[in-house]
Amino acid sequence: MSYFIQQLLNALQLGSIYALIALGYTMVYGVLGLINFAHGDIFMAGAFFGFFTAYLLKLPLIPTLILSMLLASALGIMIERIAYRPLRKAPRMSLIITALGISLFLENFTRATLGGQPRSFPKLLEIQDFTFLGASVTNLQVVIILVSIFLMLVLRYIVQNTMIGKAMRAVSDNKEVLALMGISLDTVIMVTFGLGSALAATAGILVGLAYPVIDPYMGITVGWKAFIAAVLGGIGLINGALVGGFILGFIEIFAAALLPSTYRDGIAFTILIIVLLLKPTGLLGRPVIKKV
Amino acid sequence: MKIIKSIAFWTVILALGILVEMLGRFEYINPYVIQVLELIGINIILVSSLNIINGFLGEFAIGHAGFMATGAYLSAICTVKFHMPFALGFLAAGLLSGLIAYLIGVPAFKTFGDYLAVITLGFNMIIVNLLNNLEYVGAARGMVGLPKSTNFIWVFCATILTLIIFRNIIFSNYGRIWTAIRENTLAAEMMGINVVRSKMVAFAIAGCFAGLAGALWGHMLQYINPSSFTYLKSTDMLTMLYLGGVGSLTGSVLGAVLMTGLLEILRDLGVWRMVIGPVILVLIMLTKPLGLFGSRELKIVQPKSDREEVQKYVSHAGRKHNNEL
Repeated sequence: MSYFIQQLLNALQLGSIYALIALGYTMVYGVLGLINFAHGDIFMAGAFFGFFTAYLLKLPLIPTLILSMLLASALGIMIERIAYRPLRKAPRMSLIITALGISLFLENFTRATLGGQPRSFPKLLEIQDFTFLGASVTNLQVVIILVSIFLMLVLRYIVQNTMIGKAMRAVSDNKEVLALMGISLDTVIMVTFGLGSALAATAGILVGLAYPVIDPYMGITVGWKAFIAAVLGGIGLINGALVGGFILGFIEIFAAALLPSTYRDGIAFTILIIVLLLKPTGLLGRPVIKKV
Repeated sequence: MKIIKSIAFWTVILALGILVEMLGRFEYINPYVIQVLELIGINIILVSSLNIINGFLGEFAIGHAGFMATGAYLSAICTVKFHMPFALGFLAAGLLSGLIAYLIGVPAFKTFGDYLAVITLGFNMIIVNLLNNLEYVGAARGMVGLPKSTNFIWVFCATILTLIIFRNIIFSNYGRIWTAIRENTLAAEMMGINVVRSKMVAFAIAGCFAGLAGALWGHMLQYINPSSFTYLKSTDMLTMLYLGGVGSLTGSVLGAVLMTGLLEILRDLGVWRMVIGPVILVLIMLTKPLGLFGSRELKIVQPKSDREEVQKYVSHAGRKHNNEL
């Protein structure tokens, strides 16, 4: 039983990180219809922002978190401004390939400037163990899960209760009518990228704290897993990202208990393909009716 | 007269290939240069086969390195484990990769749009993950001791043959089906085209040639490991494809030559070399979304009857995607 609770907490921890990143994928997809391949690398950049603010400015956890979120938002908005906005009317393929290019650029640029070797993330939290129902829990795990849930609630509030959130939902519903209502599409897209990137940066720092090494290529696997989570729940749906993130976290942790851990990535992608075959719009998605 | 002309033309081409091979053997040409030339040839095969899917069929596949990996590994198993001649391994690689591509096509074309891209990429990742775990093929350490079977003349002939085959398919009735699907899937279906099957055949052909290229690549370097076939490799191919031009064989050749050459010239830059590829890719997309050649072809590639007729009707590869938005 205590083993089960232990694994459950691990799964919650992993799942909340996936969910935080998946939210960014799903929000951008909802607004732009774009698979933002660079999102995983914004997660990586967020971890590095956290690394430098904690290391150079010697800030404690919360200010580090806030500063990195702001920096990552700026990065996300900048990418959108430079690379995606000029292509808004271009064929969709061009947009996806640009996103791939930006993703590779961020990875290789970080590697070229900072070096490819993994760096150990500064300890922003004094780690304490305590037992809970027989399972040993660290305060870090609790912090990760609580921070994630808090941010998800904040996001939910923004999307459901504010004007800009309403505008975001309107964009994913119908782009043409939006302009007639006097809402600026550019602003909505900017806010979407900003919010998504801030969440990704948080995930980056939480990963940095939990698995205390970061490297320029850390965004690839985690980013893809988060994307799978978004598709699993139904891409474009905020609740879908949460459901998908936690489900993927659970599957991975419990599959790793049965199979060698090197198969983890293979399992995740197999799940992705099976879901796409059985229910292409995801677990929470409604089937799309293609009109002729 | 026409026949004599074409015989003369191909003799000259073949003689050129043999000449370079001989010069290489007697070391008048640096082995490094020969290897770069071989790499260019292999990249031409890879990029033009990817072009069949992304350019002519108008679908979006981003996991081409997966097929390359199956080809490279199967041919390596044939030559290293079963001591078969390279030619056999080469053919087996093409067949298996083609078959796998066909099978991937079965589920892939049930879904739509971006999801196909995701499935191809997922397949690429699964292949790499499997190879990383299979002890039989050396797991993450990869396979060593592949015979040095790939020489310049092999690559040269394979490249030329690939281009001839592709050109003949693309400008045949069957190839026109792909263009028709790209331009307007619904209209193509109305004309009685079996869209799913045509797409799957295109997929199989592209996968087959990617497998052949993988076999050549493995036996050129004499060493393969799973990490050479990740999605970074697939993206390299996409860069070359979109640099040269989607929907143009000439463009594929140009893109492969330019990009491979450029990366070799910039070898001194070290890690920064890897930053340049993505920057070029993004810049092309922002300025010339269809690549340098767009969907145009050199005169020599296009059949005579085709030059004026088809260009009138066929727009560029991007249109379909615009319409779908």
